[in-house]
Amino acid sequence: MSAPNKSYDPVEVEALKPEEIERMRDEAIAAFAAAADLDALHEAKVAHTGDRSPLALANREIGALPPHAKAEAGKRVGQARGAVNKALAARKEQLEAERDARVLVEEAVDVTLPYERRPAGARHPLTTLSDRIADVFVAMGYEVAEGPEIEAEWFNFDALNIAADHPARTMQDTFFVNAGQANGRRVGTGSASGDVVLRTHTSPVQVRSLLDREPPVYVICPGRVYRTDELDATHTPVFNQVELLAVDEGLTMADLKGTLDHMVQALFGEGMRTRLRPNYFPFTEPSAEMDMVCYVCRGDSVGNPDRPCRTCSSEGWIELGGCGMVNPRVLTACGVDPDKYSGFAFGFGIERMLMFRHNVEDMRDIVEGDVRFTLPFGMEI
Amino acid sequence: MRAPLSWLREYVDLPAGETGRDVQERLVSAGLEVERVEQLGAGLKGPLVVGKVLAIEELTGFKKPIRFCQVDVGTANGTGEPQNIVCGATNFHVGDKVVVILPGGVLPGDFQISARKTYGRTSEGMICSTSELGMGDTVSNSLGGDGIIVLPPEHEAGTDAIELLELVDEVLDIAVTPDRGYCMSMRGIARETATAYGLPLRDPALLDVPAPNSYGYQVKVADPIGCDRFTARTVVNVDPEAASPIWLQRRLQKAGMRPVSLAVDITNYVMLELGQPLHAYDRNRLDGPIGVRRAQPGEKLTTLDGTQRALDPEDLVITDNSGPIGLAGVMGGANTEIADPVRDEQTGEVRGTSEIVIEAAHFDPVAVARTARRHRLSSEASKRFERGVDPQAASAAAQRTVDLLVLLAGGTAEAGVTEVITPSAPRTISIPADHPDRVAGTEYGRETVVRRLQQVGCDVYGADELVVTVPSWRPDLTDPNDLAEEVIRLEGYENLPSTLPKLPSGRGLTESQLLRRRVGRSLAGAGYVEVLSYPFVGDAVLDQLGLEPGDPRRRAVTLVNPLSDEEPAMRTTLLPGLLGTLRRNHGRGAQDLALFETGLVFQPTGDEPAPPKLTVDRRPTDEEIGALDAALPHQPVHAAVVLSGAREPQGWWGKGYPASWVDAVEAARTIAREAGVELIVRQDQYAPWHPGRCAALYVGDELVGHAGELHPRVIKAMNLPERTSAMELDLERLEQARGGPLRAPRVSTFPVATQDVALVVDTAVPAADVEAALRAGAGELLEDLRLFDVFSGEQIGEGKKSLAYALRFRATDRTLTAEEASAARDAAVVTAAERTGAVLRGA
Repeated sequence: MSAPNKSYDPVEVEALKPEEIERMRDEAIAAFAAAADLDALHEAKVAHTGDRSPLALANREIGALPPHAKAEAGKRVGQARGAVNKALAARKEQLEAERDARVLVEEAVDVTLPYERRPAGARHPLTTLSDRIADVFVAMGYEVAEGPEIEAEWFNFDALNIAADHPARTMQDTFFVNAGQANGRRVGTGSASGDVVLRTHTSPVQVRSLLDREPPVYVICPGRVYRTDELDATHTPVFNQVELLAVDEGLTMADLKGTLDHMVQALFGEGMRTRLRPNYFPFTEPSAEMDMVCYVCRGDSVGNPDRPCRTCSSEGWIELGGCGMVNPRVLTACGVDPDKYSGFAFGFGIERMLMFRHNVEDMRDIVEGDVRFTLPFGMEI
Repeated sequence: MRAPLSWLREYVDLPAGETGRDVQERLVSAGLEVERVEQLGAGLKGPLVVGKVLAIEELTGFKKPIRFCQVDVGTANGTGEPQNIVCGATNFHVGDKVVVILPGGVLPGDFQISARKTYGRTSEGMICSTSELGMGDTVSNSLGGDGIIVLPPEHEAGTDAIELLELVDEVLDIAVTPDRGYCMSMRGIARETATAYGLPLRDPALLDVPAPNSYGYQVKVADPIGCDRFTARTVVNVDPEAASPIWLQRRLQKAGMRPVSLAVDITNYVMLELGQPLHAYDRNRLDGPIGVRRAQPGEKLTTLDGTQRALDPEDLVITDNSGPIGLAGVMGGANTEIADPVRDEQTGEVRGTSEIVIEAAHFDPVAVARTARRHRLSSEASKRFERGVDPQAASAAAQRTVDLLVLLAGGTAEAGVTEVITPSAPRTISIPADHPDRVAGTEYGRETVVRRLQQVGCDVYGADELVVTVPSWRPDLTDPNDLAEEVIRLEGYENLPSTLPKLPSGRGLTESQLLRRRVGRSLAGAGYVEVLSYPFVGDAVLDQLGLEPGDPRRRAVTLVNPLSDEEPAMRTTLLPGLLGTLRRNHGRGAQDLALFETGLVFQPTGDEPAPPKLTVDRRPTDEEIGALDAALPHQPVHAAVVLSGAREPQGWWGKGYPASWVDAVEAARTIAREAGVELIVRQDQYAPWHPGRCAALYVGDELVGHAGELHPRVIKAMNLPERTSAMELDLERLEQARGGPLRAPRVSTFPVATQDVALVVDTAVPAADVEAALRAGAGELLEDLRLFDVFSGEQIGEGKKSLAYALRFRATDRTLTAEEASAARDAAVVTAAERTGAVLRGA
């Protein structure tokens, strides 16, 4: 920078003449406008706003002016530089927006492409349905009880008031386990020992629960059970049950009914209810068969041939399973005082519920483990 | 039990318009399982009349015999002239009475009858067979067998046959539960019907019975426990030719029984009516007194069905001097049965049974049930005795049989009445009057309770405490709750209120239950599909898995009665089921498969003692429960996965990669993470895995399972996709290893210092060992360590591999200097060198 030159006539400084300043400004603005892209704009920026740009050089001359002229010249140059910078910023923003728009368009992809890189798995619907049922009761305060699948006869039959010659034993076809190394079932009544079986229901878990806990006992027993049926469209030798047991002071059949009503509402929606029909089971007295209102037609198909219901065969009710008040003999066998405590119990097959809840037509689909059947059920049911 | 509505109305005055469906609804509500209501003669429309065959012209020239008949149908055709009818059956003669449907009539199945030309003649109607009339095919005897019905001669031509043959009726088909033996009779069903409608019952068992005396047929009961009642009556001068009347045959048919002969039909009829099984003996074929005892070893009996049976000493038998003549309560013997009438062609004399001894006895339900099961012989009699027969009905049933033989067979009742009775007191049960209320959870009140119990047939005394004498036909009523059920069902289960008990607070799912759910979710989240396979296995699959003869997994629980002899055992590993399911899916065209299962496996020691027989009248002792449990095999929960094909398929995103041993090991790590335990992986050799690609899975020092690629021989033997991999572990051992609550890490906000090292080790050194050594050597400053490359090649040298690790160091209280980070790294490398012989690459 040159020192102030007192002998110098400011008017004669060419670069600070107003028309010169205006020219420089306009040239700069024109150059920005002419810049076709951000690189060109950068060059124009260096040329018109950099240290060697005409306006920068003009600015340097201000110091050489006499004091009275400095203010006016400074103001003139400052205004010009302000306008130039503003034009630069505006053009830069404009060019960046244009660039962004262009690049983002270039970067566009087909978002509808499928992505099956890590295909999802699924839990078996029997598991998820069983869990869901259990959760209804866990929310009420029940606990989930479990037991062995290979079970002593005493737990599976005797303690449940199913005596050795009771006709009820012929109602269930039982898998018997070979005894130790002796190889052969201990047949007949003369033997001093009992048999070991594949449990035919989850009721032995009820017995174990009563033996393990002090009343009150509120448990739900889901699990695998076995009967000697061949696999076909409606039967399987290995299936799943959920049973419930409540033993407390003062429990009634009305409590049983209410609990069943609550369950079907939780699983099938508001307005669902159950119906009890007298039946016979050795482990309950009184005993009942339980039906639920058909959740599809809600009974509208009954006597209405124009609107038949496949789910309930236009019966209006769907058979669920068996239930009743725990036979006091069962309580006695488990060391629970039947004069003080009463209880209720029910049980039903999960396969059956899965079939009518999800319109499964063939039991084999549930059993065979074909991934095409299971995958759509996902994680929850 | 099939109950015709018309028969039911004989005992209960049901409202006239009441249909079978109406009755069904009432009975279902009262606890009888009426499975369906059969509509007999549905769609049948007359005129259907009795006709008398006047003339038969045999038409020739057709492939089968054709008759052109003239039949007198009285005035039913409006003219009184004989009706011309073409008929293809030949089992009738001129003069026979037949059943004729005239033009305008309709047979079941919407078969319209009109006059039409056939076989060159005009046929004005049809002569009917039993099947055409929908009478069922269980017919023989005078109602025509398979052919044309030939009626007894006394019926007038022109009589309406729909009414005569009781063709239109409804039949309730009832599945009787084991506790309701009394409903195996019209009497029992009528009682329930009367109660359901609040109508009086005409009890068919209320008969005048002469007092027993000493001159009836001699009976000796040697086993009064097996037989506590035996009534014998004798009827003589029975006409062996007498046939069962139409009404009797029709009732048997509708009830699902086949008319046989008059004497047998009568005993069956009385059994259906009163529920008491009866047996009729030809007196002339009996040898001496009738006895009841257990069979002796070696005794044999040929039963009515023609089968010779070796008797068991537990079998209760009826005997005469010749030995056993019947299986008590199950089936009679062939030697003493009522003989079919035989006409002597020379003399015209008819020989057959003319003197009949009737047995009405009461046998022990258990003895009958065992004998029926032992001989695989379930009869109408045994079904009833097993469920309990009213012992008090025996003499009435005998009387009813005598009456019918006198009435229908022209017989004469002998005055002798034998009754051998072991007296037993009537059973009483005491219950508080409000017991049914407390069971039901509603208020019936004493009056209702007493009334309902009386309707059941009980005698009831007492005010607050009721003393209830149960009727003889209800052996199932033994406990207070049995009586409560009677009251509640008759008041209607549908009228029970709906309440909820107040539960104590529950503890939710157990840790183990939560773990199994988490495992299921995370494996499903990782792409595995859950299967639940049958647990039945056989030697074949264990051979295919390459298990050595002494492998503990060959020691399995076996079944006495497996569904398949090929698979008589219970699984000791989840792999057979899972691999079978994998193969099935693969066979159905699935390529990339990842399956998992959690479930019990059964691991017997082979030395389990037999479980004791325990009483049920008290809680078993802890020792007794222990003895029961000791009889059972160990049954732990296992989790397993199998995979084949691509773990990640290739696609537009780029390459995929095949499922391999590493995914199987990773599945174990996934489970271990859910269980909150650290899984230690070691190299192992274990069937059915590839000996070079098998990992043993440890938690601490405990082996919990294995993972890896399957042995190529196993893959070949089981016909599995190439490189199928698998993992199985014992979930319970993982659960047990779970520690207390996790201690939260301290999160440092100071900058990280990263150091990479490449270590050269022998190929055989497991990467897990190198990593453990690095961690141990690096000390507390090590935040994280990652193996980012594994390399082997010439540069490294034969039998060596290079492992490249990224180490991240960070302190909780300061920024680490480069020197500190390097020192920690160097310490790590030193430890790795000491423990694994690792050499810093390039050093």
